[in-house]
Amino acid sequence: MAAPTTTSGPRRTRTLRTDRWWLPPLGTALGLSAFVVYGLVRTFMNTWYWAPEQHYLAPFFSPCLSEACVPGASHLGTPFPDLAPWVPPPVFVLPFVFGFRLTCYYYRKAYYRAFWLSPPACAVTEPHRRYTGESRLPLLLQNAHRYFFYAAVLVAAVLTYDTVLAFHGVNGGVGVGLGTLLMVVNVVLLWGYTLSCHSCRHLVGGRINHFSRHPVRYRLWTWVSRLNGRHMSLAWASLFSVALVDLYVMLVASGAFPDPRLIN
Amino acid sequence: MAETERHDYDVVVVGAGGAGLRAAIEARERGMRTAVLCKSLFGKAHTVMAEGGIAAAMGNVNAGDDWRVHFRDTMRGGKFLNNWRMAELHALEAPQRVWELETYGALFDRTPDGRVSQRNFGGHEYPRLAHVGDRTGLELIRTLQQRIVSLQQRDHAEHGDYEAGLRVFAEFTVTDLLREGDRMAGVVGYWRESGRFAVLRAPAVVLATGGIGKSFKVTSNSWEYTGDGHALALRAGARLINMEFVQFHPTGMVWPPSVKGILVTESVRGDGGVLRDAHGRRFMFDYVPEVFKESYADSPEEADRWYTDPDRNRRPPELLPRDEVARAINNEVKEGRGSPHGGVYLDVASRLSTEEILRRLPSMHHQFKELADVDITAQSMEVGPTCHYVMGGVEVDPDSAASAVPGLFAAGEVAGGMHGSNRLGGNSLSDLLVFGRRAGIGAAEYVVGLVRRPEVSAGEVDEAVHTALEPFDAAGVRGGENPYALHAELQQVMNRLVGIIRDGGEMCSALEQLTEIRQRAVRMTVPEGNRQFNPGWHLALDVRNMLLVSECVAAAALRRTESRGGHTREDHPRMDPNWRNRLLSCVLRGGELELSEQPQEPMRPDLMRLFSREELEKYFTAEELGVLGEPSRKR
Amino acid sequence: MTATVGNVEPLRGRNGAMGQRVRLRVWRGSGDEGELRDYEVEAEEGEVVLDLLHRLQATHCPDLAVRWNCKAGKCGSCSAEVNGRPRLTCMTRMSLFDPEETVTVTPMRTFPVIKDLVCDVSYNYVKAREVPGFTPPAGVEPGQYRMWQRDVERSQEFRKCIECFLCQDTCHVIRDHEENKEAFSGPRFLMRVAELEMHPLDDYDGDRAEEARGEHGLGLCNITKCCTEVCPEHIRITDNALIPLKERLADRRYDPIPWLFRRRG
Repeated sequence: MAAPTTTSGPRRTRTLRTDRWWLPPLGTALGLSAFVVYGLVRTFMNTWYWAPEQHYLAPFFSPCLSEACVPGASHLGTPFPDLAPWVPPPVFVLPFVFGFRLTCYYYRKAYYRAFWLSPPACAVTEPHRRYTGESRLPLLLQNAHRYFFYAAVLVAAVLTYDTVLAFHGVNGGVGVGLGTLLMVVNVVLLWGYTLSCHSCRHLVGGRINHFSRHPVRYRLWTWVSRLNGRHMSLAWASLFSVALVDLYVMLVASGAFPDPRLIN
Repeated sequence: MAETERHDYDVVVVGAGGAGLRAAIEARERGMRTAVLCKSLFGKAHTVMAEGGIAAAMGNVNAGDDWRVHFRDTMRGGKFLNNWRMAELHALEAPQRVWELETYGALFDRTPDGRVSQRNFGGHEYPRLAHVGDRTGLELIRTLQQRIVSLQQRDHAEHGDYEAGLRVFAEFTVTDLLREGDRMAGVVGYWRESGRFAVLRAPAVVLATGGIGKSFKVTSNSWEYTGDGHALALRAGARLINMEFVQFHPTGMVWPPSVKGILVTESVRGDGGVLRDAHGRRFMFDYVPEVFKESYADSPEEADRWYTDPDRNRRPPELLPRDEVARAINNEVKEGRGSPHGGVYLDVASRLSTEEILRRLPSMHHQFKELADVDITAQSMEVGPTCHYVMGGVEVDPDSAASAVPGLFAAGEVAGGMHGSNRLGGNSLSDLLVFGRRAGIGAAEYVVGLVRRPEVSAGEVDEAVHTALEPFDAAGVRGGENPYALHAELQQVMNRLVGIIRDGGEMCSALEQLTEIRQRAVRMTVPEGNRQFNPGWHLALDVRNMLLVSECVAAAALRRTESRGGHTREDHPRMDPNWRNRLLSCVLRGGELELSEQPQEPMRPDLMRLFSREELEKYFTAEELGVLGEPSRKR
Repeated sequence: MTATVGNVEPLRGRNGAMGQRVRLRVWRGSGDEGELRDYEVEAEEGEVVLDLLHRLQATHCPDLAVRWNCKAGKCGSCSAEVNGRPRLTCMTRMSLFDPEETVTVTPMRTFPVIKDLVCDVSYNYVKAREVPGFTPPAGVEPGQYRMWQRDVERSQEFRKCIECFLCQDTCHVIRDHEENKEAFSGPRFLMRVAELEMHPLDDYDGDRAEEARGEHGLGLCNITKCCTEVCPEHIRITDNALIPLKERLADRRYDPIPWLFRRRG
């Protein structure tokens, strides 16, 4: 056999990984950035979010709670005044929805890796000299995730109501357009994402030590646990579907795209 | 030697598997300052490899089970060569030992009414094995490890020192036992990490070093299984018995080559898996021996009914004791009906649903998927016999685990007698617990009863250290032998000539070759490196132990001219009742092994009466049956 | 010399052909001193990285230090980093790599090296001692324990742990920050806390979730899931142990509502 050849190399290189470990964090960073940019642009566009004929309300603007909302878009009343043109209606709701995703255990992993590089990938050294994790403020606030979860349930309920309204026919009665279908898919994904949340899993049953004494909560817990296994996929799918439905409603409301009607 | 560190203990336990840890727990709880010496890291012992379960007649699944049934199964499995007192104690105490594990925090699989679940296994009449999926050994070792930590925490709370009463020496190998006169005075060994030697002075030493499987080429055993305890005991003057009985587990992996020998748990068969030849035929029905005909099915239909209705059907022959199944597989392969890689097929895919397989046999699924690219939920496994367990070991007093050397105790695989000529699956883990505890008690009582503590002689320590360092002295000497190469040769000889099927001529040749290897072993060298974590050196020391023990195995196997349990002679294929009560014992005198026959103590009549006379007649001589009175009397 | 050594089969394939040569780059050295050395070694179909390390020992470097026991993925001794990824070398098949590729094997980075691939893992044993053990319920005799499968399943998953310490090795909290070793027990022992916390019969009188934060540094975990990724037992450490522990801690420390409920009994 060949005699050993020697190459010296420091053990303390950043990583000895030979695969393209930077690809997943890069993908995450691009995906999340694109969504945030879209969300900001869309929010401050502050128009084309209600298609009155089809009864489509864009999810970014639901529930529309400000007096600034276009007529017909406020299904739940307008408790907030019209403050200024640069304070669009989503300002009152989006922080809760955004907060839910910001404190979500999956998204935390995703952005800690992709933006904070802490760590960028497994067994790849992070660039920070010190690290305190979630043990101090502000990241200690991640523990409030369950409150954002409660809010997210309310918002998901409202979006469900919006989706029911979208079954209005253009000429009265019941109708279904492509937008209705997209809204149904979106609402299903949103519920999937919301209910698969780790806090939800904990609250429905995870906190109990004796499942055998709580058969119903055990059943719920197993069900949520199964969903929880897909939390990441649901997070991305619902993120994409929300943006897609929003874009679709915008196109319909602006008249750029005629909503194909399947029924009425 | 000036540099040698010294420690004082009451009890030193050599080996940190199930038996060693249980012994240490017991000794500590009885107030002994205890040390556990662990050849690898704490918690890595070979016990983790045990998959199936712990046999204990708790009767949780079938209330018909009790210690008597377990005792009978154990004796039958060992072909009545077992030390009956050990088998009795084992059957009696195993349930308590399992329940005790629960108080340490173990989490076994449960029955629907919340008790410890039990599964079927080869040779056990009722579902008897407490288990956790197919990783029971891991649960056992972790539970005992955590119990030790709990005891250390208690010491810490009291004395501010975790190691005040119980210390674990990790990666520490014992090279010699030290004596004063004929009694134990301590041990000497080295830290694997640094190669430095240490002396532990202690009046009581418990050997719990496990088995000898690494003397064989195809084995399910890990590198630690080099017969250290067997060899240490021999060198300290103790007797080894039953060394000819080596169990070949019927189902080891056969492909790919690098994993050949790795165990495929018996639970696969216990849970419904069947063995098939290359043509898909369930061949085990051809191999039910006369003595087992009454309790094993003779048709696949009956065998399949047994899983759901065990009371009215006989058991499938796949669940015969391991020696029978191993021989059957060996024969199928020999007659040309084997699989492409020289095994047979173990099929569970067509017998259980995918979910069931994943739930009951997760680590098997994982093992085949990762190592052989085989999905056992869809494909058959290729399996063949692999060296698994040595029934033989240090002869001990059944009640106290004391050997013939005062102060030396042995428990677990390194002790002999309990399993007779063949061990039943599941009886090993229970053996570790029952006799580990007894060894702990035995050692503690021995220490309490001492008038004077023995002294370690400096000369003896120096000599032991000198001997252990010889491979370094020989470095650079011409004609030095490579320990890796010698080890490989030894494994070849044992596997080929003293393996599953044996023959007088072959074993003579094996003994000659072993002698030759032993002569060369004197010149073993460590060609590279220093004493710091040097596997070449470690192996050189282990090879000496393996050689000594292998000679015992070969010599005893040559002497026993019958076939029984884990000892099958091609030239003496019958079981001979005249051999049943004769044990072969090995001692070391003046550096040479001496083999002698010794009679087995007759079984107590009340235990004899647990069996039918017809059954006993198959094993015992008419003279031995005399104690039972009139031949017409039945149980 | 022939390479029929230890567990290693002769270098002949199924049809008698020789195996192929592969290139290995292995960390050699003691303590902080050392270097990566290149070797060429024969490989046979179906072999794993550990097989090749053994062949290296038998043919090139008899003093190459490597820990291993069972060679079946059950004992967790042979942990190292292969091409920079924490793995069990006994479960890393050579077929995973390109035949032309040089496979690099280095010791676990989080722990000090003793020699070659062997690390000083005593950190883990120190941390293990700091988790108070199972406390048996008072008044329940051995043999009288009643637990239901659904109640023990969660802790059983954590007890699958083979203590290979790959999760500890990959966790950036201690991998990249030596100074956190004092405050942080690592995924393995946080999971041990979770296991006891969820044990249906544990009678411990302290608060394990609070101890997970205070004594074991649960707050340092930022759930980036590398522990789950490397676990050879596929235990879902993050989802099933760490996050539930964080949630239980939230119940008891950060969320006033359950706290009020508990006050009322």
